[in-house]
Amino acid sequence: MKSQTRRASPRVQSSANLTYRFRDLLALEPLSADELTFILDQAKPFQEIQRHPLKKLATLRGKTVVLAFFENSTRTRLSFATAASRLGADTMNLQAEASSLKKGETLLDTANNLNAMRPDCFVMRHASSGAADFVARHLEIPVVNAGDGTHEHPSQGLLDALTIRDRLGHLNNLNVTILGDIAHSRVARSNIHLLGKFGCRFTLCGPAMWVPRELEKIGPPGTPIRCVYRVEEAVEDADVIIVLRVQTERMHEPSLSQNDYILLYQLNAERMKLAKPGALILHPGPINRGIEITPEVADGPQSAVLEQVTNGVATRMAILYLLMVDATEGTHPALEGKTESKPKESAHASD
Amino acid sequence: MLLIKNGRVLDPASKTDAVRDILLDGETIAEIAAPGEIARANGAEIFDAFGLIVAPGFIDMHVHLREPGQENSETIATGTRAAARGGFTAVCCMPNTKPVNDNASITTFIVDRAKAHGHVRVWPIGAASVGSKGEAISDIGAMREAGIVAVSDDGKPIATAKLARQIMEYCRTLDLPVIEHAEDVSLAAGAVMREGIASTRLGLPGMPAAAESVCVARDVQLVELTGARLHIAHLSAKASLEQVRLAKKNGLCVTCEVTPHHFTLIDEDVTYDSRFKMNPPLASREDREALLAGLADGTVDAIATDHAPHEPAIKDVEFDKAPFGILGFETAIGLALEQLVHTKRIPLMRMVELFSTGPARVLGKERKLAPGEPADLTIFSLDRPWTYNVKETASKSRNSPFDGRTFKGGPIATIVAGKFAYRC
Repeated sequence: MKSQTRRASPRVQSSANLTYRFRDLLALEPLSADELTFILDQAKPFQEIQRHPLKKLATLRGKTVVLAFFENSTRTRLSFATAASRLGADTMNLQAEASSLKKGETLLDTANNLNAMRPDCFVMRHASSGAADFVARHLEIPVVNAGDGTHEHPSQGLLDALTIRDRLGHLNNLNVTILGDIAHSRVARSNIHLLGKFGCRFTLCGPAMWVPRELEKIGPPGTPIRCVYRVEEAVEDADVIIVLRVQTERMHEPSLSQNDYILLYQLNAERMKLAKPGALILHPGPINRGIEITPEVADGPQSAVLEQVTNGVATRMAILYLLMVDATEGTHPALEGKTESKPKESAHASD
Repeated sequence: MLLIKNGRVLDPASKTDAVRDILLDGETIAEIAAPGEIARANGAEIFDAFGLIVAPGFIDMHVHLREPGQENSETIATGTRAAARGGFTAVCCMPNTKPVNDNASITTFIVDRAKAHGHVRVWPIGAASVGSKGEAISDIGAMREAGIVAVSDDGKPIATAKLARQIMEYCRTLDLPVIEHAEDVSLAAGAVMREGIASTRLGLPGMPAAAESVCVARDVQLVELTGARLHIAHLSAKASLEQVRLAKKNGLCVTCEVTPHHFTLIDEDVTYDSRFKMNPPLASREDREALLAGLADGTVDAIATDHAPHEPAIKDVEFDKAPFGILGFETAIGLALEQLVHTKRIPLMRMVELFSTGPARVLGKERKLAPGEPADLTIFSLDRPWTYNVKETASKSRNSPFDGRTFKGGPIATIVAGKFAYRC
């Protein structure tokens, strides 16, 4: 049997200007290629805005976005905060150290309390896989998963795709190599679920404990995913190389020797020669320079690391816009930025 | 006197499968005969069981009643009422209460509470080690005097091979079975579901099947060494089952039970809803197929629910933070019919055996329908449609993944010591 969790988020409605409507953004796995393309396309006008001297819109003026980061984050939290601010929304911040979770409050109580302040969207990061799914089952407002345990990091997956599409012109049938601790990477899962929908082929590489064979079966049906344990083999013919951070805080016991990791799996200039000329390098950050990647490669012309960060704001603006703007609104906010909202349809609340 | 008329009586002990009247007098069975042939039934209360199955009282040999110590989740009163509603006439409660049932005074407390407030028979299981901590052997002899029917450190395995050996040797002389929660705790550390494609996709830490089967292997070899009676609780993995099968073939006294959730659901059914979290976790598709085969071929001795109530405040949380365990009583017969009988995987008689004579045999008891035997009967329907609504459960908790499921057939009446403990 299947439980009635609200995991799949798309709610498709046709309207004047939005082809798809989404109730939450919990994961990329349930989204189709068309829906993903639609979200990426929505980010384009927001990319434009990043280049303007005045970056602030009034699109979501009067709306409030909760940024509930139960697990530490700098980049993602600031990126969402900037995105909300540039759309004219206010933010409510909760950070792990200061939260009443320390005082023993349950996640559900915390979420309900924040929700009682009547925000319009709940962006959350949490160390437990499925935590955003759990909160979404209990809240009426849209929930955005900003990273849940080792499950997914949908906004990162989207901004990576946007970056790849900008640089390479398309997402179709690319050879994508992911290096590092794949088993514990929510970024890798979101990458696979998104890029897999566009026919990309994946090569996952890292120490065997971090790259279990089961990963070959988690992608969209028919997605070629292979696990290899030699970095040279993994890098060969790659169009895109996604280097994951060696998460020293997440290294499960017994931890791997850092020296071994550098020797066997570090992405360096020599190994880069095996990839396709012009292959793109992504890294979700923060980088451990000299561990998973050499500074030379991280800062080289093939690296798109800083573009990822810039695109992160635009992508998150698109996400917040799509979740909070009303379907019947007129033109795109980048062109005209006023919104008004209707009450949201009630969630099915069988849980 | 109570006359159960016209029911289809199924008794694995005597291999009876026929329409019979059963007359109960006081706490025992007085007479069993063809319909209308019991002369002295005049004046008896009559229960018409036409079209229903009448079976020896079902035993759930693996349950958690949470009393003493966790009465917010369940009590002996609420748990046994749920058991009665599920068709069970006797339950064996695991010792992981607070405090742990590791001495005769706790055992006596449970036995007395059950006598006063229980709706079905309660046969306690004592802790194998003091506090189930895996260090010293508990007061097994004294607890046996007080009424335990087995020992176990359920919730965790007996910590070391050496202690398991000593407990087995001791229990052999006391004629008690040792029930093992088979788990290699180092392999299972931190895991919240079975390791596999589903856990990898969900990003939830998984334990391999070997976390169970490694411990089963240890224990089977210790049975060879000690000659004890070993029972593997909630067996979930194919590799474990194969070892039990081999042990039986080699003449060892090794038995096992399987839960309804393990023969119904698999790891692919797991969502982030903590009602799918239990230990051992839902296993692979292949494991489930093996369990179904073991239920059919006799390798599995009993169906037990591992009824594990947890109040919503502690269960309705993030998946990895939720405690293990789900409710089991009220859906057990419905699931067994659905998964085993209606699918023709096992004959109805075999299902009755798995719920009655099977667990009785593991516990060293007899279970049969005959004059002079205890008047414990489970009466159920094969076809009555019904829907499980967990809000109406007799349990204090609500943690069932089967809420809202519609069944074909289920419990109709439960008779304990000649009285209705439950009547639909």
